[in-house]
Amino acid sequence: MLELKNVSFNVDSDKGNLEIINDVSLTIPDDTFTVITGPNGGGKSTLAKLIMGIEKPTSGKIIFNGTDITDMSVTERAKLGVGYAFQQPPRFKGLTVRRLLSLAAGSDLPEDECCGYLTAVGLCSRDYLNREMDASLSGGEAKRIEIATLMARKLDLAIFDEPEAGIDLWSFSVLVESFKSMTEGRHNSVLVISHQERIMSLADHMIVIANGRVKNQGTKEEIFPTLMDEFTNNCDFRDKKEEK
Amino acid sequence: MEKIDKSLLAEIANMHEIPAGAYNIRKNGGGIDRRSTANIEIVTKEDKPGIDIIIAPGTKNESVHIPVIITETGIDDVVYNDFYVGDDADVLIVAGCGIHNSGSDKSQHDGIHTFHIGKNAKIKYVEKHYGEGPGTGENILNPVTIVEQDENSTCEMEMVQIRGVNSTKRDTKAQLKAGAKLIVTERLLTHDQQEAYSDITVELNGTDASAQIVSRTVARDTSKQVFHYDAIGNEKCRAHIQCDSIIMDGASVSSIPAITANSADAQIIHEAAIGRINNDQLVKLMTFGMTEEEAEEVIINGFLK
Repeated sequence: MLELKNVSFNVDSDKGNLEIINDVSLTIPDDTFTVITGPNGGGKSTLAKLIMGIEKPTSGKIIFNGTDITDMSVTERAKLGVGYAFQQPPRFKGLTVRRLLSLAAGSDLPEDECCGYLTAVGLCSRDYLNREMDASLSGGEAKRIEIATLMARKLDLAIFDEPEAGIDLWSFSVLVESFKSMTEGRHNSVLVISHQERIMSLADHMIVIANGRVKNQGTKEEIFPTLMDEFTNNCDFRDKKEEK
Repeated sequence: MEKIDKSLLAEIANMHEIPAGAYNIRKNGGGIDRRSTANIEIVTKEDKPGIDIIIAPGTKNESVHIPVIITETGIDDVVYNDFYVGDDADVLIVAGCGIHNSGSDKSQHDGIHTFHIGKNAKIKYVEKHYGEGPGTGENILNPVTIVEQDENSTCEMEMVQIRGVNSTKRDTKAQLKAGAKLIVTERLLTHDQQEAYSDITVELNGTDASAQIVSRTVARDTSKQVFHYDAIGNEKCRAHIQCDSIIMDGASVSSIPAITANSADAQIIHEAAIGRINNDQLVKLMTFGMTEEEAEEVIINGFLK
């Protein structure tokens, strides 16, 4: 179980001290598929980075399975079973896809197993095993390999930052299936940042983040119907235009 | 053979036992073991130190190993090795130099290699440079490589400097006739106060000659690297130079591109990049449970692989 207690995150900028995350408290229970959604720039990715330890909160506490991990490094959190798939995966010159998957798993993976993970993200595995995870891969390919690196691990909490971004519609249903099966056995809890209806439909629990705060949370049946209103009525510019 | 000799040979030439095929092992300035085969003859030069390696036309799937090891301090070894590769031959040549310096004097090896590659012949040349030892004496390697490629020949060169070489000045010059193809991969790591200079000049003198030069280097600590690569297209030809360096700590890397076209049909490209390890790369590997140092090693080893 993951608990965030009064977590805030501020950054210094030209415009002074900016509040990116503002006093967020929430709980991600075990054995759940949680989707975080909300408008762009609302603080979702920052929240995921705070959980992984890539950013450190300005104030507040992060408790993971009863342990205070607020001051722990990324490495320490990874060892406790937290994993994170980047929204924009970094590229590595000279590292093959197979090596990357093996590094993720923590041991040399047999070819069959690597192929299994790649197939699960909609890639024809044999074409990719020995390819380098470098700039020669398209955005969508790199993104799918990034998701596969989390499949190769057995995690207590797997975090995915907008896994659908850059994935074509044709492969999307394969990916949704993979996400569905991920909670069934592989990972204990899955936390996905997403704007995609089909990913949201997998959720046991949904959290809406806007302006750095938890705007709403609950089951998908409770949250889903409210989402259209959340995002359509807050555009000042459009309102003004209509007044003319 | 002593234990140090064996470990140096394994490091530079991947030789764990006497190799199949032709070989010549040079130690501390003199030959210690040699074998010629029916198709590959190794002959001692009479006018200067070194050997001629004569590969008969049409020789296929054979290899020749010519490693050099230095285990004494204060050795200054200059050697001239000439390769005569007959037409239509297809061979692997493994060279390299390993120095174990346990004293306070400098140990130096300057290998001057000249390749005469016949028509349609194909060679793969692998050269590894490596230094070690508890002494304070410097390990210096200044190789000169001259490549003359006849029509439609292919020469693939992999030149690697792993670690422990205090100073190196590499000078490589190649001349290509029509249809000849040259592929050079240079991989280099410097650390502490080491210095590495590498000059490569390729002249493409015949129609449809092509050259590809790829350099991947890592400069750590306060080491210094300077690269000067030049491709000169004198006919309809293609050349691509790609230099990529990771810079760390207080190191310095200089990459000086030069491309020259003396024909309107020459297509020559130079790309160069120098940069530190990207923070996202480190974080990605740390999310697998690696420490920052472990992640750095994985990135460097992959980059230099």
